[in-house]
Amino acid sequence: MIAEALFFSAILFTIGVVGVLTRRNALIIFMCVELMLNAVNLSFVALSKMHGAALGQVFVVFVMTVAAAEAAVGLAIVIAVYRHFGTVELQNINLLRG
Amino acid sequence: MPLDLSVPASLVTALLPDLIVMGGAMALLLWGVWRPEGASGRPVGVGAIGVCLAALAAIAGMAVQGITAGPGPIAIDNFRWATDAVILVGTILSIALADDYGRRAEPVAVESHALTLLAASGMMLLAGARDLILVFLGIEVMSVAVYVLAGINRRSARSAEAALKYFLLGAFSTAFLLYGVALVYGATGATNLTAIGSALAASPPGPGSMAVIGLALMLVGFAFKVAAAPFHMWTPDVYDGAPTPFTAFMAAAVKAAAFASFARVFMEGFGPVFVRWHSVLWWLAALTMVLGNLIALSQRNLKRMLAYSSIAHAGYLLVALVTNTTEGAAAMVFYLFAYTLATVGAFAVVMALAEGAERPQDVREWSGLFSVRPLLAIAMAVFMLALLGFPLAGGMGFFAKWYLLQAALKAPAPQTRLAVLLVITSVISAGYYLYVIMVMFMRPRPADAAPFPDTPAWTRSVIVGAAVLLLALGLYPSPIVRWARSSSLQPTTATGVPSTPEALRITAR
Repeated sequence: MIAEALFFSAILFTIGVVGVLTRRNALIIFMCVELMLNAVNLSFVALSKMHGAALGQVFVVFVMTVAAAEAAVGLAIVIAVYRHFGTVELQNINLLRG
Repeated sequence: MPLDLSVPASLVTALLPDLIVMGGAMALLLWGVWRPEGASGRPVGVGAIGVCLAALAAIAGMAVQGITAGPGPIAIDNFRWATDAVILVGTILSIALADDYGRRAEPVAVESHALTLLAASGMMLLAGARDLILVFLGIEVMSVAVYVLAGINRRSARSAEAALKYFLLGAFSTAFLLYGVALVYGATGATNLTAIGSALAASPPGPGSMAVIGLALMLVGFAFKVAAAPFHMWTPDVYDGAPTPFTAFMAAAVKAAAFASFARVFMEGFGPVFVRWHSVLWWLAALTMVLGNLIALSQRNLKRMLAYSSIAHAGYLLVALVTNTTEGAAAMVFYLFAYTLATVGAFAVVMALAEGAERPQDVREWSGLFSVRPLLAIAMAVFMLALLGFPLAGGMGFFAKWYLLQAALKAPAPQTRLAVLLVITSVISAGYYLYVIMVMFMRPRPADAAPFPDTPAWTRSVIVGAAVLLLALGLYPSPIVRWARSSSLQPTTATGVPSTPEALRITAR
C-alpha cells in the first residue's frame, strides 16, 4: 500500500514538473506547482505511516498552510500581471531580457 | 547552561531576535494602515530600522551571554548570530533605500517596510533552523514576502513581470526542496538535522537510494534559491525588473539566508554522506563561477550586470560549502558580510543615479560620472573593487576572497583546482568591474547628457556608510575575522557523530 502511494506520488510530481516545463500559461504553471506540492503531501502521509510516527502528517499541515498563503500571493501577482499585459501567457510577457 | 528547547519559555528565549522582528513587522503593518492617508512614510521607515536595531541588540546580548541549546529544532550558536547580523545589516540598508525610493520615484506603500521585516524574520528563522520543517517554513516566510516586494511597484509592468517570474520559479524550486525533504524523512525517519546526521552515519552500507534522491532534490531546491548555475535563469530578469531597493535586498539578505541554511543542512545533516554530494557541489561551484562571470562580461545594463555578478559570487560561496569545514563556514560568513556591504552599496548608487524606476540603465550613461558627481563615482569604484577582491582599495573584499581561498586550500580534502578556478574567474570579473570604473573616470561626459538627479539623504548615508565600512574593515579586519571565526558550524562526520539522547532514540527505532 505504501509502495503504491509513493509510486503514485512520484508520478504526480513528474506530471507537475513536465507541466511547469511545457505549458506557457502562468495559471496552468501555478496549478502544476500545486500538483507537485500535493504529490509531496501524499509522500509525507505514506512515509509517516511507514515510520508509524505522526511527524510526516504534521509536516503536511504546514505544507497545506503555506501553500494556501502562497496561492493568495501568487494569484494576486497573476492579476497584477494581467492588468499590465492583458494576458497571462508567458510568451507575451517579455519586457525583461538581455 | 544549555536551554532545554522542549520548554516553551526557553523556546521563546531562543527565538527572541526573530520574535522581535516578527512582532515589529505586525506592529508596523497596523501603524501603516492607521496612519492618515498621504502622511509621510518616514516614521514607519525609522520604526522598521529601530526594530532591526533592537533585534541586533538582542543578538549581541545573547551572544555575549553565551547561551547555548541542546539538540532541538533551533540552533543557538555563533553561526546563527553572525548570519543574523549579516541579514539585519542588509535589511537595514535596504529599508533605508526603500524609504527614499518611495518618496522619490514611484509610489511604494509603507507596507513595504513591514514586508521587508517579515522577510527578514523568515531569513533569521532559516539561519537558526535545525529542523527541516523550520527550514521549509523559513524559506516560505522569506520567499512569499519577497515575491510581493519584487512586484510592489504596482504602476510598473516590469516589476509585475519580475514578481511573476520570481514567484513561479520560486514555488517550483520549493516543491523540489520539499520532495527532497519528504524522501530524506522517509529514509531516516527524522526531520531534525542532528537525528538525520546520526541516522545517515549509522547505516553501514551507506545511504539508500531514497536518501540519495532526496539529497539530490534538496540540492536542486537550494541551488535555485542561491541562484547557482544552471538554476540561475530567473535571477537577471527578477533583479532587473524588481524595484532597486528590493533587488539589493534579494541580492544581499536573501542570498545570505539561503546560504546559511544550505551550509547548515548539508554540513550538519548530510555531513556523514559528504562523499555523495561533494562532487555535485564541486561542479555546481565551478559552473556558477565560470558562467556568472562570462555572461556578466557581455552585460551593459547595470542591474543585469550586477545580477550576473551576484551569480558569480554565489559560485565563490559554494567553494566554501564544498570544503565542508568549520573554517569554510567562517569564511563564508565573512564573505557574506563584505559582499552584502558592497552589493547593497552598488545597487544604492544605481538607484541614486536613476531618474525613474522604469527605465533600465546602461553603463555607458555613466560616462564621465567622476566629473559631475565625484563622490558617487568614488564610492561606486570602491564597491566594484570590493566585489572584485582588489587589495586595499577594495577594502574587505580582498580579505573575503583571501579567507575563502585559505579555507579551500587548508581543508582536509584541499580544493586546489577550485581555488585556482576562483582566482582565474576573479581575474575575468575584472573585465566588467573595471569597465564600470573606466567609464566613470576616463570617458568624457557628453555635452548633451541629461543631469543626474540629486541623491536623497538616506541613500547618501547608505552609500557613504557602506563604502567607509568596507574600507575601514579592509584596513583593520581583525574584529570581523575574530567574529566570523567564532561562528563555529560543526560538520557532522561519519566518525564523530554527536550522540544525543534524541538521536539515539531515533536510530534505535
